[in-house]
Amino acid sequence: MFFWIIKRDLLLAVRRRSDVLTTLFFFVIVVSLFPLSVGPEMNLLRTMAPGVVWVAALLASMLSLGRLFSNDYLDGTLEQMLLSPQSFSLLVLGKALAHWLVTGVPLVLMAPVLGIQYDLPADALFVLVVSLLLGTPVLSLIGAIGAALTLGLRGGGVLVSLLVLPLYIPVLIFGAGAVEANMAGVSFEAHLSLLGAFLLVSLVFSPWATASSLRVSME
Amino acid sequence: MLQGSNLACVRGDRRLFKDVNFTLEAGTLMQVHGPNGSGKTSLLRILCGLSNPALGEITWNGTGIRTLGYEYLSNLTYIGHLSGTKDDLTVLENIRISSALAGMQITEAQARKALAYMGLKGRELLPAKVLSQGQRRRVALARLLVCKTKLWILDEPLAALDVMAVKLIQRLLERHLADEGMVIMTTHQDIEVTTFSKVNLKLA
Amino acid sequence: MAINWYKYSSPASFYSLAGKMIPFFSILAIGLLAAGLYIGFFVAPTDFQQGEAYRIIFIHVPAAWMSMFLYVVMACWAGIGLAFNTRLSSMMATAIAPTGAMFTFLALWTGSLWGKPMWGTWWVWDARLTSELILLFLYLGFMSLQAAIDDPRRADKAGAIIAIVGVINIPIIYFSVQWWNTLHQGASVSVTQAPTMASIMLTGMMVMVFASWMYSIAIILKRVRVIILERESHTAWVTELKNKGAL
Repeated sequence: MFFWIIKRDLLLAVRRRSDVLTTLFFFVIVVSLFPLSVGPEMNLLRTMAPGVVWVAALLASMLSLGRLFSNDYLDGTLEQMLLSPQSFSLLVLGKALAHWLVTGVPLVLMAPVLGIQYDLPADALFVLVVSLLLGTPVLSLIGAIGAALTLGLRGGGVLVSLLVLPLYIPVLIFGAGAVEANMAGVSFEAHLSLLGAFLLVSLVFSPWATASSLRVSME
Repeated sequence: MLQGSNLACVRGDRRLFKDVNFTLEAGTLMQVHGPNGSGKTSLLRILCGLSNPALGEITWNGTGIRTLGYEYLSNLTYIGHLSGTKDDLTVLENIRISSALAGMQITEAQARKALAYMGLKGRELLPAKVLSQGQRRRVALARLLVCKTKLWILDEPLAALDVMAVKLIQRLLERHLADEGMVIMTTHQDIEVTTFSKVNLKLA
Repeated sequence: MAINWYKYSSPASFYSLAGKMIPFFSILAIGLLAAGLYIGFFVAPTDFQQGEAYRIIFIHVPAAWMSMFLYVVMACWAGIGLAFNTRLSSMMATAIAPTGAMFTFLALWTGSLWGKPMWGTWWVWDARLTSELILLFLYLGFMSLQAAIDDPRRADKAGAIIAIVGVINIPIIYFSVQWWNTLHQGASVSVTQAPTMASIMLTGMMVMVFASWMYSIAIILKRVRVIILERESHTAWVTELKNKGAL
C-alpha cells in the first residue's frame, strides 16, 4: 500500500506536470534575482551562493506544501485513506516521500546549474548537491506537519509558512554551512552527518505527528 | 454486531443529537432519517470513527471501535458525500487505486467487471474529470462490488443516480444483506429491501 | 486531608478557585516588582565596566528566562490536554502563549537596548538573541494557528501538536544557532561574557525573576478565566453567574 500511494501521487504529478514545473521555475527565478539585486561582483556572489540556493530551496519546497493534502481533502480521497485498515502513518510517509520526489529531487538536480551562475567551484557544487539531497526530504517531512495542521483553514498558505519556516532553520544552517565549510577549506563531514541525523529523526517523528494532525483536522 | 449507546454529538455550541441508541445485527439495513441539519452525516462519520461522539460508545461485537482501531476499519466500507475519485486518473485507475489503498488489491479484470456492472463499460479509460456527477457516483459505488467488508456505511448513495442505477444499488444491497452483511445509510428516497429486516433510526 | 484534584479540573470550579488566587498573586507580583526595581536601580552599585547601562539586565534576564520556561510549560499543558482530553489543560496552554510571547518580545527589546551602548549597534546576530527571535516566531505560529481555527476543540489539539513539535525542536534550533554562531566568529560579542556579578546584583535579579513568575501566574489565571467564560457561555453555571450579576 505504501508503494501504491507513491505510485498514485507520482502518476498524478505526471498528469499535472505544470505544478512540478512551477515549483522548479520559482526556485530558478528566486536564485537568479539575487545577482540582480546585489550586483554581479563574483567574490560576493560566491560567498552568498550556498545561502541563496538553500533559502530558495526552502521557499520552493514550502510553496508546494499547500497541494500536499488539500486536493485529497477536497475530493474525499483523504477521508478514504483515514479509513484504510493499514497504518495511516505509513501512508502519510508515502505521501511525504512522493512530495519529495516531485518537488525536492528536481531542485537537487537543478542546483548545480544555478551554482555555476554563482561561479562555485566543482567540489563545492558537489557538496551543495549532497547537502540538498539530505536536507530536502527533511523539508518535505516537517512541512507535511504544517500542511496537515492548516488543512482547510482560511489563509492556510501564509499560516503554513509561519509554522514551518522556524522549524526549517537547523536544516538551513547545516545545509548552507556544509557548502561554506567546503569553500573555506575545512571539513564538512560533520554538517552532513548532522543533516543525516535530522533526516532520521524526522523520518521517525514526522509521519506520526502528521497523521495525528490530519486526524485532528478531519474530525 | 454494531451497537451504539447514548450517542451525542455537539457541533460548536449546538447539540445535534443525544441519546441515540441502536443495535445492528448481521443481515440488517438501518436507514437513518431526519431533516437537513439533524446530524445524519455527523452520525455516520462518528460510526466510522472519523470523529468522536461527545458522549456515548460504539461497540463492534462487544468491543469499543476505538480499541479495535484498524481491526474495525478492516470490516468497514464508507462512501460519503465526496466521491473520493481523482479527476486526473482514469476510471479504471481510480477504482484499482482506491481499492488498493483500502487494503484490497484487485486485478484489472475484476475492476472492469465491477465497472461494467455499474454501467460504465467503455468509459474505463476516460479521466474521471469528464464524467457526470451520477457517473462519478457510480465509480465510487463500484467499490462496493469488489470490497469484502461486512459493514457498509453509505451517505446518500442514491443522490444523483438515475432510476436504472438506483435499481442496481438496490439489488446490490439485497445481495449484501443476504450474505449476512450490514448496511447503514441515509437517503431521502424510499428504498425497498422488502425481503430483509430494516431498522429505522430517527434523528429529531 | 485528601484534596480532590479532579474537582478543580472542571472549568466551573477552577473558575472560582482562580478568582480567589488572582489577588494573592497580583499583590505578590507588585510587591516583588517594587522591591526588585528598587534594588536594581538604587541599591546595586554602578558596574565599573559597563556603567549604568548594565541595569537593564534586571529586566532582560528574567524576561529571557520566562520566555523559554513558559514555552515548555505551555507545551506540557497542551500535551496533557491532548493525551487526556482535559479541556482545562488546553485552555491553560492557550492562556500562556500571549504572556510567553510578551516576555520574548521584552527580552529582544531590552537585549537590543543593551546592545547599543555595549556593542554600538541595536542588533547583533548573537546566538542567544537569534534563538530568542526564533522563539518569538514559534509563539506567533502557535497563536496564529489557534486563531485561524474556529472550532475550539480542533484549535486545542492542533495547537498542542505544534507546541510539542516546537518543544522538541527548541534544543535542536538552539544548538544549531550556537554552532552557526561559533562558525561565523567575529561578528558578535557574546552576552555570556558578563563580568562576575556582585551578590546584591544577583539578589536584585532573583527578586525580579520571582516578580515575573507571580505576574505570569496572575495574568495567566486571569486570561484562563476569560477563556473559560467564552467557551462555557452556553452552560447553566455561566448563566447563573450572569443572573447573580457576578459578571
